[in-house]
Amino acid sequence: MTDLPAPKVDLKSILSTPARVDNSEGMSYLQSVPRRIVTLYIPLSIIVIILLFPFYWMGLTAIKPDDQLLDLDKYNPFWTWNPTFKHIHKLLFESYYPHWLWNTMYVAIGATVLSIIASVLAAYAIVRLRYKGANVVGGLIFLAYLVPPSILFIPLATVVFQYGLFDSPMALILTYPTILIPFSTWLLMGYFKTIPFELEECALIDGASRWQILMKIVLPLAIPGLISAFIFCFTLCWNEFIYALTFLQSTPNKTVPVAIVNEFVDGDIYRWGSLMAGALCGSLPLVILYAFFVEHYVSAMTGAVKE
Amino acid sequence: MADIALAPRRAKTEIREATAWDQLRHNKNWLGFWFMVPAMAFLMFFLAYPLGLGIWLSFTDTRIGRVGHFIGTENYEWLWDDSIFWLSVFNTLLYTSVASAVKFAVGLYLALLLNERMPFKALLRAAVLIPFIVPTVLSALAFWWIFDSQFSIISWSLKHLGLITQNINFLGDTTWARICVIFANIWRGVPFVAITLLAGLQTVQPSLYEAATLDGASRWQMFRFITYPLLTPIIAVVMTFSVLFTFTDFQLIWAMTRGGPVNATHLMATLSYQRAIIAGQLGEGAAISSAMIPFLLAAIMVSWFGLQRRKWQQGESND
Repeated sequence: MTDLPAPKVDLKSILSTPARVDNSEGMSYLQSVPRRIVTLYIPLSIIVIILLFPFYWMGLTAIKPDDQLLDLDKYNPFWTWNPTFKHIHKLLFESYYPHWLWNTMYVAIGATVLSIIASVLAAYAIVRLRYKGANVVGGLIFLAYLVPPSILFIPLATVVFQYGLFDSPMALILTYPTILIPFSTWLLMGYFKTIPFELEECALIDGASRWQILMKIVLPLAIPGLISAFIFCFTLCWNEFIYALTFLQSTPNKTVPVAIVNEFVDGDIYRWGSLMAGALCGSLPLVILYAFFVEHYVSAMTGAVKE
Repeated sequence: MADIALAPRRAKTEIREATAWDQLRHNKNWLGFWFMVPAMAFLMFFLAYPLGLGIWLSFTDTRIGRVGHFIGTENYEWLWDDSIFWLSVFNTLLYTSVASAVKFAVGLYLALLLNERMPFKALLRAAVLIPFIVPTVLSALAFWWIFDSQFSIISWSLKHLGLITQNINFLGDTTWARICVIFANIWRGVPFVAITLLAGLQTVQPSLYEAATLDGASRWQMFRFITYPLLTPIIAVVMTFSVLFTFTDFQLIWAMTRGGPVNATHLMATLSYQRAIIAGQLGEGAAISSAMIPFLLAAIMVSWFGLQRRKWQQGESND
């Protein structure tokens, strides 16, 4: 028996290459520069400025001294020459803000991990085990994606109360997966479908169990999909509001969005600085995460829609 | 290896019948069942059950801290005569239709712009998506500050441009308040629509446009007869999601106006929160949120037909 040299194939790179990248110029060379400025650059910059202005304003307000915030005539409101960290300091050291941040992080990570585990198993079973009725279950999960939290929070509040979870982070960790599982199952189903069947067949012949196949072959190849699902779920958790507003009551237990709306809004006309500082600090973790994983993000967003 | 065939001998262990335990461990259907257990448990306990419970609650007079009794359709009859409920239905429909239409138009336009070749394209695309990343409540607070009645930067700018003489009472006037919340919703939704449609646009073959240019098509004709038909399926799905989430919106309104002024921005979701959690009338609140279900079903039907059409258009079989 002659040993055939095993062909070295970098499966990961093959599987992750986009199907076809088109770098051709198309027909755009037919357009003149002035025409492009009017039809492309001007409208685009207007839209981008409108989309980003609230964040500029949020950041600027967070570092402006109080007197400049309310006196629009003496100082130019669009800029400040003497930024202050008073609001942020007050936020971090004189309020429950670090608590709230920690709660949000804890709930988001807990709910995301639970949902990803459940979704990986479910997506693998639907796509690859193809048990009787798998397609129907896939359809039902898609339907679950379309059930919004706003019609569930009232009955869920009674359920949470019955289970004795009211005012505890566990209430959120257990209810958020209802939003996350449908989405991430659907996303992971798409990823698992792209993994060649033959790999699993080889492993089955070599005597691997389904569990080993999932852990050693499918999951390592689906890592981009897992990252997408993870950060997207994390963002959804961070963004969730109505469940957190309904199920949590005591101030130190709240999550950032709920706490800012309920605790920082008082009669004080100088509240704007700390309010905006709170909003800024609450958004920064997500924006930083997003900056590192833009591509995963986009594929998560479009993947779930395309499937 | 070949001597096995020549000298047959008994296997060390006999081949035994598959026991029930083996069936549970290796049968495809049972294995599928075990894999589905965690996801199904979550969805049954915290989604399907509350969904049914919500409909049941809407037929009872449950309050917070008190078990309710079945009272038939009394909640719905009460709502039928409630002008605030009808105002919230009107607001929801207005909010959804205007915001979705504008989101679609601006989102498609932005997607077409981002699909052009230009420098810093990736950076621009990343920047456009930021409003979608930042938690809605936090950006709604920024809008609250931008639309402040006294210190609004918009009023200030317009005054300095000489367009108005007095501050606009953005969130205190019914019409302005509606415009403001709709604007904030559009602002938040456009990136989602634009980026998903952009992904659809990138799958359109450039050769189609080249062929159309050779045939003398104008840019509008290229859009109307190539881009738009190829995008229809993804537009159907994106817009279903957009309509669905706009219709059931809660947090943006709650952070900006809490339904005021004089209920002008109350949506069905905010009204049900107010009645159920703040006023404690769980039954009535459940009736309001159950009243949203027919609208959701309509949106789901549209999505389903959109998906069907997509498969037919791409010539795929229904796998």
